[in-house]
Formats: sequence, C-alpha cells, structure tokens
Amino acid sequence: MKNASILMIVGSALLLGLFVFPMWNIRLGAPQYPEPLGIDIHINGLQGESEFDIQNIDGLNHYIGMKVLPKPDEMWEFSVFPKVVLSMAAIGILIGALGLLGKISSVWFLAWFVIMGILGALGIYDFNLWLVDYGSDLDPNAILKLVNPDGTPMVYNPPLIGHKKLLNFDAFSYPRLGGIMLGIGMLFSLIAFFIGRKATLKAN
Amino acid sequence: MKTFIKINTLLIACMAFIATSCNQGGDSSNGALSSNIAEKVYVAPGERDEQYAFLSGGYSGNLTVYGLPSGRMFKEIPVFSQFPTSGYGYSEETKPMLNTSFGFIPWDDLHHPDISQTNGELDGRWIFANGNNTPRIARISLSTFETEEIIEVPNSAGNHSSSFITENTEYVVAGTRFSVPVPQRDMPIKEYKENFKGALTFIAVEPEHGHLDIKFQLLMPGFNYDLSHPGRGKSHGWFFFSTYNTEEANTLLEVNASQNDKDFIAAVNWKKIEEYVNNGGGKKMPAKYAHNVYDESTHTATSTMKDEVLTVDPSEVPGAIYFLPTPKSPHGCDVDPSGQYIIGAGKLSADITVHSFDKMLAAIDAGNFDGDAYGIPIIKYEDVVAGTVQSGGLGPLHTEFDGKGNAYTTFFISSEVVKWKLETWEVVDRQPTFYSVGHLMIPGGNSRKPHGKYLVAMNKITKDRYLPTGPEMEHSAQIYDISGEKMQLLYDFPTHGEPHYAAGCDADLLMNNSKKIYRIDENMHPYAIKSPSEAKVVREGKDVHIYMSTIRSHFTPDNIEGVKVGDKVYFHITNHEQDFDVPHGFSMIGQGTSEILVMPGQTKTSLWEPKRVGVWPFYCTDFCSALHQEMQGYIRVSPANSNIELSWSLDE
Repeated sequence: MKNASILMIVGSALLLGLFVFPMWNIRLGAPQYPEPLGIDIHINGLQGESEFDIQNIDGLNHYIGMKVLPKPDEMWEFSVFPKVVLSMAAIGILIGALGLLGKISSVWFLAWFVIMGILGALGIYDFNLWLVDYGSDLDPNAILKLVNPDGTPMVYNPPLIGHKKLLNFDAFSYPRLGGIMLGIGMLFSLIAFFIGRKATLKAN
Repeated sequence: MKTFIKINTLLIACMAFIATSCNQGGDSSNGALSSNIAEKVYVAPGERDEQYAFLSGGYSGNLTVYGLPSGRMFKEIPVFSQFPTSGYGYSEETKPMLNTSFGFIPWDDLHHPDISQTNGELDGRWIFANGNNTPRIARISLSTFETEEIIEVPNSAGNHSSSFITENTEYVVAGTRFSVPVPQRDMPIKEYKENFKGALTFIAVEPEHGHLDIKFQLLMPGFNYDLSHPGRGKSHGWFFFSTYNTEEANTLLEVNASQNDKDFIAAVNWKKIEEYVNNGGGKKMPAKYAHNVYDESTHTATSTMKDEVLTVDPSEVPGAIYFLPTPKSPHGCDVDPSGQYIIGAGKLSADITVHSFDKMLAAIDAGNFDGDAYGIPIIKYEDVVAGTVQSGGLGPLHTEFDGKGNAYTTFFISSEVVKWKLETWEVVDRQPTFYSVGHLMIPGGNSRKPHGKYLVAMNKITKDRYLPTGPEMEHSAQIYDISGEKMQLLYDFPTHGEPHYAAGCDADLLMNNSKKIYRIDENMHPYAIKSPSEAKVVREGKDVHIYMSTIRSHFTPDNIEGVKVGDKVYFHITNHEQDFDVPHGFSMIGQGTSEILVMPGQTKTSLWEPKRVGVWPFYCTDFCSALHQEMQGYIRVSPANSNIELSWSLDE
C-alpha cells in the first residue's frame, strides 16, 4: 500500500504540470508557412507557439470569416479549468497521503481516477464544441465563402486530435507536455489502485 | 552446396568490382568530370548555400548579396544610391542618408566591402563600404542588411584605399586616391607638386553600436593612395597603403605616373599616431562633412554637419611612418593571415613583391635608410623584401589567402588567377578567368582565419560569356573550388554593377542573426501608430500628415477628403504585420518620388504634393495577399481655396 500511495501522490502532482506546460497544441502548416503557425492551449489561455502566431492566425482567419481567437477572459473555461485541476490535484495528493497513513483503502484511488476521467471527458467534449463553433460560426460577410461539393458551407474546425487538411493548410492537433503529464498522472492513479488492491488482498 | 554459394557470391562480387573499376576508368574520359563539377555548385531547391558573399556594386552605388557556391543573388542593399525598390533615398526617413557637404548626392561608386572583425576573425556584426566619388564610408548592419550610417570624409578625393578595418574593428580606414589642396583653395593645377596632400583618414568605430567618428587624418605627401590593408597578428597596430604617382604628376598620369621604377607601400604605425593624438597631438582644422545615422528604433536617419577635423602632419610623429619601395605602381596591398607578409602587386609588372614585417622592423631598428620623401624615411628595398613571385603572368592586382599557406593573385592583363606558396614564392597553379579579372575574394580571405574553400574572381570584361544583351552587359564572375592542390573552375555568374572587392563569410555567422520583422511595440517613429484604430489625418498649415496603417489587405484610412492643391501631404505608413516577409508598399498617382516598401513593424513616409483637383487613387505595390489588388484607396483633392474639412474613413 505504501508504493501505491506514493504513486497516487506522484500521479496527482503531475496534474500541476498543466500550470507550466501547454495542454494541447494546434499547428497550421502551408507551403508559404515553412515554419508552421501554432497555438499552444494552456489551461488558462491560448498562446502563440512563436510570439506573433496568434495575431497571424487571426489575420489569416479573417479571410474565411472566423472569429478572432479568444482572450482568457472571453472563455469561462480558462478560469474554471485551473480551479478544477488544482482541486483534483489537491484531493489526489490528500487521498494518497491518507493511503500512506493507512487511513483509507485503494478504492479511493479508483474513485479519483473515475472522477478525473469524467471531468477529462467533459473537458474534451467542451473543447470539441468550441472547435466546431469556432470553425463553423462564420461571418456572413467573409471575404472567402467556400462551399463543399454538396453545397453546404465549408467549415474550418481543426481536428480534435490528429491531422486534417483545411484549404491550403495542414492542421495538426496533439497533446503537449502538460496534457501528457495529465494522462500519465491518471494512469499512475489507476496503477496505484491495482497495486494497492493486490497488497490488500495479499495481506488478507 | 553452401560452399558453392559462397564461392559464387565471391565471384559475383569480384566481377562487380572489376565492372565498377572499368566504369571509373571510362567515366573520366567521357564527361563524368563535368557532372561532378555541376554537383559542387548545385544547391537543390529548398537547400541553402554554404557561404554569403557581399559583392561591391561599383557604379551602382550598392552592395549585392550572393550565395556560394550557387552564385545566386539574394539581395541588393542600397548604400550610396537611391533605390526605388525600397524607397531608400526617396522616403523622408532615408533622404538624410545621402546628405553630404555638397548637398544631396543620389549616387556613389561603392568599392571595397569589409566585414567587421574581432581578434582578426570575422564577427559578422557589420560590413563597411566606401563611396569612391564623393568620399564617404558606410556601415551596414548584418542583422537587418540595411545601411545604418554614412560619414563623409573631408580633405579626400577618390576615396579608394578604403574601407578596410583593423583587426578588432578599432578603425575603418579611408585613404585618398587623388591628392588635393588641403584645405581646398583656388590655385594653379601646375603647382600640384609639394602642395597637394593625400589624406589617410582613421575613423574610430564605437565598439557597441558601431558609430563612426573621424579620429584623425594623416596628411601625407601628394601621391595617389590606391589600396590598403591592416596589419594583423604580429603586425596589428600597423596599416599598409600602396601608392602610385610618387612622381606627383598632375596630367597624363597614364604616362607621367608610370616613370618611377618603384613606388611605395606606406607603412603607418597607427597605434603610435593614436597615442600622439590621445596626448593632445595634431591640429584641428575647419572642415565641412556630413555624418548620417539611421536609427533602427525610429526607422529614421538624421544628418549632422560637422565642422572640424583633427589632422596630423607626419613629420611631427617621427618613427610612425615608413615607405617600402615597391615596383611598378602597386595596386593591391595585402597582408597574409599571420601578419608577416605584405604583398604589393605591381600592376605594370610580371612579378609580385612580398615584404617582410620582421625585416621591416629590423631595418627600422638599424636605422639604415635609403633617404626620405618629405621627411618620411624610405627603407632600402633589399632590406625589406622577403621574396618575389616570378609569376609568368602580367598585371598582378590583388591577393587573398586560403589559410593553408597559399596565396592567390589576380592578373588583370593575362586574365588569370595564380596560386602560389608563401615562403617559397613558387607558383603552384594557374587558371584562366573570363576576362580581365580585377579582384578576387575568398571568404575570410582578408582575416587571420580564411575559409578557404571557394574563390570568386570578379572580372571587368564579359564579352561572350552569356547570351548577348546589347552593348552593355553585366560583369562576369567565376567560382573556383580551391580545396585541392589545383584550382577547379566551377561556375560562371553575372554580377550587378561593377564589383571591385567583395567580402564573404560562412552562412552560420549571419543566418541566425538575420532579423525577420521589426517589433511594432519597439517602433519609436514619431509618426508611427501602434494600431489601426489610431489612424488619423492632421493638418498643420499646408502640411497634411496622414497616420496610416497597413495590414492584409487594406489601408486605414482608405478614403480621405479635405486635401487641397498646394498642400504637402505626408503619408506616414506603419505596417502592422508582425509576420516574416510580409511587406506592404505604397504609391500615389503623379507622385514625384518612388514608391516605398514598408517592412513589418516599420514606419516610412512618402511625400506627395498634389497639383491637380480630382479624386486620386493610391495602392499597395507589393503583392501582399490574395486581396492585394483590393488594397487601394482614394484621396479627394479640392481647389486651394476650398473649405472642405479634413475627413477620413475606412468602411463607412
């Protein structure tokens, strides 16, 4: 149970990486952009991969009528997500510590993992809603109004994960270090549960 | 069975070996060699060159930037000439760059670029260049590749033995080719002899920003000072100038300045003169000369007229200057990477004279001179000469070095580059040039550490090298691979203007410092606007100032009314892009100036003096985006007595 608890503490602490490193990244490359433009998605706001990338992406997006990328105070997520992540990290560390002291069983670790999983899924769902809205809620006076072969207006939401071709751009969407640390942290909590359970079963 | 396979494999391998051997033998005789040469200069699409080459543009007044080994031109940097491509010398901000004591001079003859050095090695901060006609020295930034400073050189005429730098860029040196009365005065030309002076000017380079300031001018006898180079390593602290016309002829120099069997290389101990000057030596003389500085943060140049220069009479600093006799009107005056050898290329001779720095010092110590010229001791030829290269060519001009103990000299008359060995003075190789080569360049070839892989020969005559283009053609250059014992001609390429000298360096030294944009938040231009929302139009009497913004793809404002005939309209255009390689241009119908090209984050000003009533369009001259053609606007011009108020708008 000792090892399991330590793993739980470490796993929960890994969430704090989200306050330092970006969670997700969307990168746009095109022939005339040999150095691709990139958006780093942090839990508290968007940042250009290079200093002026946000401004330059907005500059390109205005042709197809996309809204400018949101500032931190324009999306509730950027104020709520940090609180949720901080709380979950604190709770995780707390139950890990209690586990270490033998006050609780490893089922708590599983419970933390499940809650974190639900929150994560909600977060991804919300992220996808935003991507779809951002890519399809277009200015009716846009300079370029493109339609699909079937006549429906073309939408420009980048992929949730992976690659997608958007006009002349190749869009790539992948987790970055903060997001990877979150994933590893959650994995640790699950492993912590199994190790803890095994230890308990053995003891009995 | 296994053994059989093994033997069989071995046999096949042997046969393959024989076959390839045969191939190799056959290839060398049927043209594979030339495809091998093609590979050496082929830089595949998307790949980049190994080295930068900065070729002087001569009478174009500008500096061109090339890549080696491809010979592709990347940029023309305007220095001494107006340049409509960018608006240099036309925009209000850059007009002061071409100011001189003679007023605005739109042109010069740019000759000898030299890259700044630290400890005798290229440091890639700046490149200096001289204006030969109206004597000036320019400093060009190697992060923006723009001219940042130009200082006029007073008391000089034909600023030719310039703009070479000392090995820590302490000074950029400018010597006069034509001696003139100092100070200028009305006098008979015939009284040239003993009356005219040749000014050698030492311009201090401020180490942090590179700002130029004339430290002193050495007023030498009235010879022609042709070329110069700094001592380096052991000879650091000395500067060497080749001279011709020691006859002091003032007419038909072609003949009259070619009479003396030997002219001189002047060896100047500038450290000694610097000390003399620092201790209050020298004489201040009234002199009028312009000093023009471009400030990157305000994107604006200012011109200041100076009124005094410190002059030094050589006779007052004994032991600082010596003459080294050198045969036949020497042109090039080059110092090897160790600083030991001073090479004088007697341009009317077949041979190259090499002087020894150590021998020179020994001769000075011994005090055994061959008389003097105007009080300057002449060292005996045999006391200073280290050797002579019996070249077999004719008309040696200029020598550079590969850092491996070899020297390469151009021969103008016999059209060739000759490779010879330092110390043994033996000729190792010779290759023809096409035709009449003037100067050559090995990147770093004028430093302690040459990058001796390629050699560029810059020719004066093109004739049949390219498809004909009428009587006037660009000059031709050749690239040679000098990494082996024998030089190998790789490639021909046309150059722009007339390249005299050139300077080059490894790509790594510059490419990562090259600026991509100017930051809008660091733009201190007095008429800059930080965002399009600050755009406005302000009238001050007859002057109308338009604070205009550009971003893909519109001007803010793009409709302006209330301008009148007789106004002076200043378009102050700030490019709000912060993306690499997205300039916007500006031009106005009927405007008596060039367009301007405004880099991201920059502000430039274009002046328009409307002469006719009407509604007149302006547009962006740079194809900035898919909507470039839409990037336009209108200005309504009303009669001079109209009372229409100024108004401006975008999308209203």
